[in-house]
Amino acid sequence: MSMDFETVIGLEVHLQLKTATKIFCACANQFGEQPNSLTCPVCLGLPGTLPVLNKKVLEYGIKVGLALGCEINPYIKFDRKNYYYPDLPKAYQISQYDFPVAKNGLVMIPMEKGELKKIRVNRAHLEEDAGKLTHEADGTLVDYNRTGTPLLEIVTEADMRSPQEAYDYLQVLKLTLQYLNVSDCDMEKGSLRCDANVSIRPREETKLGTKSEIKNMNSFKAVKAALEYEVIRHTQVILSGEKIVQETRLWDDNKQMTLSMRSKEEAHDYRYFPDPDLVPFVVKADKIKEIRQSLPELPYAKLERFKNQYNLNGYDAFILVLDQTIAQFFEECVALYPEAKKIANWLNGPLLREISDRKSSLAELKLVPASLAGLIKMVEDGVVSNLVGKDVLKIMLDTGKSAEQIIQENGLAQVSDQESLTRIVDEIIKENPKAVGEIKSGKENVLGFLVGQTMKKTQGKANPKMIGEIIKRRILDA
Amino acid sequence: MITKEHALKIASLSRIHLKEEEAQLLANDLECILKYIDQLNELDVTDVKPTSHALPLQNVFREDVVNPSLSQDEALQFSVQKDKGCYKVPKVIE
Repeated sequence: MSMDFETVIGLEVHLQLKTATKIFCACANQFGEQPNSLTCPVCLGLPGTLPVLNKKVLEYGIKVGLALGCEINPYIKFDRKNYYYPDLPKAYQISQYDFPVAKNGLVMIPMEKGELKKIRVNRAHLEEDAGKLTHEADGTLVDYNRTGTPLLEIVTEADMRSPQEAYDYLQVLKLTLQYLNVSDCDMEKGSLRCDANVSIRPREETKLGTKSEIKNMNSFKAVKAALEYEVIRHTQVILSGEKIVQETRLWDDNKQMTLSMRSKEEAHDYRYFPDPDLVPFVVKADKIKEIRQSLPELPYAKLERFKNQYNLNGYDAFILVLDQTIAQFFEECVALYPEAKKIANWLNGPLLREISDRKSSLAELKLVPASLAGLIKMVEDGVVSNLVGKDVLKIMLDTGKSAEQIIQENGLAQVSDQESLTRIVDEIIKENPKAVGEIKSGKENVLGFLVGQTMKKTQGKANPKMIGEIIKRRILDA
Repeated sequence: MITKEHALKIASLSRIHLKEEEAQLLANDLECILKYIDQLNELDVTDVKPTSHALPLQNVFREDVVNPSLSQDEALQFSVQKDKGCYKVPKVIE
């Protein structure tokens, strides 16, 4: 039996919001403290306590909603999602059921040939995070520090048709969220978590197949791998004539496979009802307007502007836009030295390589735009070669000195007076009679070898174009 | 109609252990309660605005300012069992 299947994926992203305090109490919202040292009667769910909403959490929720093109609900409320599991001390999670903060949004993902595909966002709702469970041989340990951390859950429609699209959606979503500066968006620390719903169906079928929900992926790559694994598993199960069981599966990154969770949690029966401890919230139009006006320029808008304003190609603009601080740094450099393409090359090439080699970030490096712009100008003016320029950049990052100072202190300025270069070239010619012979017999490509030798001798300080000309002249005119 | 099975299901979701005869009694009680509440459906509420809350209050916020938390010892004083600074509960995963 041969069958063509279509993959259907929907994603739920849980985003921890970077507020100072938890969502319903004044405990610090911090990661990595001693277990159970950031709790209070409210987040421990002790009787007689009352949750009160953190103002900033709602603002952040609206901010993300607007950035994802959502409608903001003018009336929102919180509901209790009841389930009995030790990660929640109250036996319910305060969440939002029928009046979430935001709904009906759109995220555009890049497709082939520069086209964009719409992924619909069904809703974004606020809720409290649960505690952390550590499973041991003889019991489960519970740390309630994370309980009450503000979460925004962003739920898509089942609009993605491949693991790659899911991956791309996550990339675009994360970038947008980073621009908003409302979360660390760090999957390894759990500040951004993704659960995926996946099913397959025969290509002409319109009804959805039975889905599995996969959890426990700690990187976007893992999300993609887990989805790829599930698509294959579903296909095999269906082709062998069996049925997919709707269940939650956990991704095992070491084994690179999903495993049935077999949790003792009761089948989902959450019995949502309005939380009587929290009054409703009315979001006025002028508040929404105020937050909308506070939004930064978002990634796609910046991308288009960079292409138009600086005449950059899509690739260069895309790399710059991937990091808001890099994008800003780029613009500050261009303001000082208006060679946008050159600056983009330096940023996307040598600088990003240094940042990655040093496992650092632009913010940590303390590089100022004037230094980099100054360096690029000196390379363009021929004061140093491109190659030496890269070394100057390294020293610049180590010392914080200006290009001018570094070049001067280390005697790195290009040797460009004909006389001393000719002297060096003559030495090279003497040392390499074989190569010289080959050039004389017409093998012009050997010239590069001699240029390289000369560059080596001058420690990269010579202008390669000039050397090439001198070598040619000395050999062929001799 | 609330049956004994409904009562047992609700009890199990709430981790309440019921004897068979208790389940039947509670099912009867629940049935009566629901019937009583159903009387509300006889009212004409055309002009009544729906609400999820009994108080005429909205937008009660807290500023995003940190207050000290309980210490680990204080937090764990309510635990039946503890280990490594954590509450310890029966295993929840196989």
